Amino acid sequence: MELLHIIAGFVISLGVFFLLIGSVGLIRLPDFYSRTHATGKSDTLGVMLVVAGIILTQVESIGHGGGVNIMKLLLIIAFVGLTNPTATNALAKAAYKMRLMPWFKDDKSANNKKK
Amino acid sequence: MEKYFIYLSVVLTIIIFIPLYRVLVGPTLFDRILGAGAIATKTMVLILVIGLVFNRMDMFIDITMAYAILNFIGTIAIAKYLDTRGKSK
Repeated sequence: MELLHIIAGFVISLGVFFLLIGSVGLIRLPDFYSRTHATGKSDTLGVMLVVAGIILTQVESIGHGGGVNIMKLLLIIAFVGLTNPTATNALAKAAYKMRLMPWFKDDKSANNKKK
Repeated sequence: MEKYFIYLSVVLTIIIFIPLYRVLVGPTLFDRILGAGAIATKTMVLILVIGLVFNRMDMFIDITMAYAILNFIGTIAIAKYLDTRGKSK
């Protein structure tokens, strides 16, 4: 059981690292369309890894009420994997419909002027 | 193990405060909505870790699921509203 806790702590730490990468990308990247990559991919993977680690900590209580918790956590993994990229894609599509210009390499200022 | 989760929740709180910069300063409206969604996604993880600290996972998982659904519905509603506005323009 001790080994299982060590593996769970490692997986949760990896997930928190991906959440940190997503946050740093959200403030460092130059325009909106590249910032969607930070929340659409890194955050989704981070949440999935953290919830997977929490599942590993719940395995030992599977006899007395842990099975329902594990099923709900698997449901959260499936839900986040479906909805987080969908919401990001809908936002990017709305920004494209409202003619938000993407960032090119030769304009120095990172402001997104509307056309 | 308990102490590790308490430290982890402190680190997660610091991570949550980073996208607040994008919500407050962000040049366009979409950046602000994206930052709010990122904060909500990380808050879900924080609620789960707090559930591990208090050893009451059965209650905190339900809160997490409700929060995930509210975050998704809110972002989709704002995105669809802006989408239809952009089309009619």
